[in-house]
This record gives sequence, C-alpha cells and structure tokens, in this order.
Amino acid sequence: MNKHFVGDTAVLLGRSLRHIARSPDTIITTAIMPIAFMLLFVYVFGGAIETGTDSYVNYLLPGILIITIASGISYTAFRLFLDLKGGIFERFQSMPIARSSVLWAHVLTSLVANLISLVVVTGVALIMGFRTGAGVSGWLAVAGILVLFTLALTWIAVIPGLTAKTLDGASAFSYPLIFLPFVSSAFVPTQSMPGPVRAFAEHQPVTSIVNAIRDLFTQQPVGADIWIALAWCVGILVLAYLFANVTYRRRIS
Amino acid sequence: MIQVQGLEKSFKQLKVLRGVDIDVARGSIFALLGSNGAGKTTVVKILSTLLRADAGTARVNGFDVAAQAAEVRESISLTGQFAAVDEILSGRENLILVAKLRHLKGPGAVADDLLRRFSLTEAGSRRVATYSGGMRRRLDIAMSLIGSPPVIFLDEPTTGLDPEARIEVWQAVKELAKGGTTVLLTTQYLDEAEHLADRIAILHEGRIIVNGTLDELKRLLPPAKIEYVEKQPSLEDVFLTLVGARTNKEQ
Repeated sequence: MNKHFVGDTAVLLGRSLRHIARSPDTIITTAIMPIAFMLLFVYVFGGAIETGTDSYVNYLLPGILIITIASGISYTAFRLFLDLKGGIFERFQSMPIARSSVLWAHVLTSLVANLISLVVVTGVALIMGFRTGAGVSGWLAVAGILVLFTLALTWIAVIPGLTAKTLDGASAFSYPLIFLPFVSSAFVPTQSMPGPVRAFAEHQPVTSIVNAIRDLFTQQPVGADIWIALAWCVGILVLAYLFANVTYRRRIS
Repeated sequence: MIQVQGLEKSFKQLKVLRGVDIDVARGSIFALLGSNGAGKTTVVKILSTLLRADAGTARVNGFDVAAQAAEVRESISLTGQFAAVDEILSGRENLILVAKLRHLKGPGAVADDLLRRFSLTEAGSRRVATYSGGMRRRLDIAMSLIGSPPVIFLDEPTTGLDPEARIEVWQAVKELAKGGTTVLLTTQYLDEAEHLADRIAILHEGRIIVNGTLDELKRLLPPAKIEYVEKQPSLEDVFLTLVGARTNKEQ
C-alpha cells in the first residue's frame, strides 16, 4: 500500500465533506423521502396494517432506515461522476497520490453523510413516538449493521459513478434499491403476502436486515436473522468492492 | 527532458498515433501544433501516465512513463483541456488541496504566494463557481505549479479564453520557462505557437510532419517576397487598446 494512502484519503475526504457542508440539501433530500414514507405509513396506511405490535412506528423504523441509506448512496455515484466529467479526476490521477484514495474518500464521505441522514430520520421517528428499550450495546449493534449496509451499497454506487455516460444514468441505479424494502418485511409482515412474493420477500437481504434491527430495538433474541443479515452485507460489500476496483483500474489505464 | 520514440496508440479501429517522435530540451517551451482530432491530447495523456501507449517509448525527466509511472507523476504537472478546478471550493482552498496532495509543508503559504503571482488574491476566498473563464484558467495553471514540478503539460491552455486572458496565460507560461521549467503545450492556434514556443512540431494524421524552430519552419517555404503594405491595426489591437485603456482607468 502507498505510504500516503491515509494522508491522501484524509485530504480528499476533507474536500468532499466540505462539498456536503456547502450544499446540505444533499442530506435534506436524502432524509426527506424516508420521512415522507414514515409519515404516510404511520398516519395514513398504518391503521389498516396488522403487524401484531402495538406501535406501527416501532415496526416501521428499521425499513425506513434502509430506505434512507438506499436513497443516500446515489449521491456517491453523482459526486464521482461530476469529478470525472469536470477534469479534476484526471488532475488527481496525474499527481503523485495514492490512487485508491480517490475512491475511498468518496466512500467515507458517503458513510458520514448517510450517518447524519440516519440520525435525522431517527430523530423524527422519536418525535413520532418511536420508543426502544435497547441499551448501548443494542444501539451499537444496529449502528454496526447500518454502517456495513451503507458501505456495501456505496461500493455498488461507485460502479455507475465510474461508468455512467450521463448524470441521470449515474443516479438511476438506486431506484430499485429504494423499492426493495417494499417487498420485504419492512412495511408489512411477509406472512400476509401471496406465495411467490412471500418467497422472494423472505429470501432477499432487506428482510433479514430489517428483522435483525427490529429484534435489536425490541430486545428480542435476534436468532439466525442477524447472521443472515451480516452475511448479506459482507457478501455484497466484498463483491461490490472487488467489482468497483476492477472498473476503476479499467477506467484509469 | 522529454524523449518520445515511435509512439503508437489506437482507439478500437482508429489509429490516432502512428509513430510519434519528440525531443524536448530542459527549460524550453515546446508547442505541439495540430488541428482538432490530430492526437495532441492523446500524446499529452500518455506522457502524463493517464493513457498507455500501444507501442513506442516515452521518457519524462528520465523516467519511463509505463514502467516508472509513479516517478513520472512526481516530475510532472498536467493542465488538461478543461479547467480541472473544484467549483465548490474557493480558489485558495483549491490551491491548498493540491499542496496537501503533493505533501508540501505550509500549504497555506504556498496558496497565498500563488494567489499573489496570478493576481487572484482578492478572489481567493470566493468560490470558483463565481470565477470568469480567464480566472479559472489562471487558477488551473497556478494549481499545476505547486511543488514546482520540472515538467509541465498544458493541453490547449487558451482555448475558449478571451484575448486578454490569453495574454495573461502566455505571460505565465513564459515566466515558467524563464524559471527553468520545461513546458510542453498543445495548441491549435498558430499565433500561440509563434509567440511562445522555442520549438514547434506539427502533428498531422498521427505523425510529426515537421519539427523545428519558427525560423526553420519558415525556411521550408520559398523566401519571403518584399511587399509594401499599409499597416492597419488588427481588430485585436483595437480591442485590446480600447478595453485595456478602460481597465487601466479602473485600476
């Protein structure tokens, strides 16, 4: 590894964080859609949804957090695309810096921005009556899963960021990710779904992640779900990381 | 300082470079002249390690661009065809960013010094998004000087600039060469090569068709006939006189 990797990544991270600080709308737009979903489902549809729990917002929040991440990571593709278009990417590539720093800085920026959005969304949920008895270790476990999930999706986002031809193309990939939670246990229990849909819902990553977070919040034994959730997160992370790096190397040589 | 031999590069079916040879002496300004699509940018990208050549060798500051890319990157600086500046950061922050990435001590002082040299001190704290084309280009070149790399590539440094900004850029390039920096610039403007370059090479259909000093190139044509022509001011003279007079008054 290049001896400047940490220093260069920190400098480039500082640059991207300054971008976010100067256009905080990226964090607001990331948080607004999940908050709107939360309001809609809790106050409009929620009364008709039978979840077997007394508070629908408690049931809903884990899925909303997943949607927050899925919409937030598209900004990584967006920012990477703009760097490539603007020529500053080539400047960095022609300088004596650690080359992987350019990607890592964008990935870590995504992590910081998404964590801020998640805090905002959780804050709104608390106002709407979300309550948990989870202690520090429970919260840390939830945060750990969300960090892993953010990193996994961010490395996916790096790929369209490097390959897209247009700005719309760079961010359009995230729409399916945003809708994945709808066909999962995020909004309604999977038992209410017809056979094939239920089979899909129960075997896609979001359901196990949502179930694990929900169990942590409600202090239930997490069981197998947390291991399935971690396996999904780590598996996606490793694959996306490798694929993104292949794409990157192809792009710069 | 820069030695290029038999450089070839194709993009799919298209042969862009068909054997380019260039030799640039230390501390000189070398202009690569050619029409759009002649392959000028491809040469610059290969020399700045952004592209790999299909065949041929290229050495910059004694280092092979393919085998010693990291050393080449330590020796060069690239100002690409489009100003590679960060729009959201201020001019000063852009300079500090590059100074930090070049691992220099005192990046703030480096930035302030360059802002002064390129008359950007007042604009230094403003976001680059508010800069004019000429200011952006000046900042872009200033960013390339950080760390005083011995070789600088300027890819069409004045394309899209107004006449005043062009002259400012020319001034900056001349000063660079005076300080001992080797400059390779590409341009499609004949007068730019005439003004700046110690040597000029014309790149046409993937090959260097001529390479020499301005006088040598002129000797390729039949000797000049002497004609007496009334000297009319050119539109550029008129423009610069009028606009220059106004700018002077403002200052």
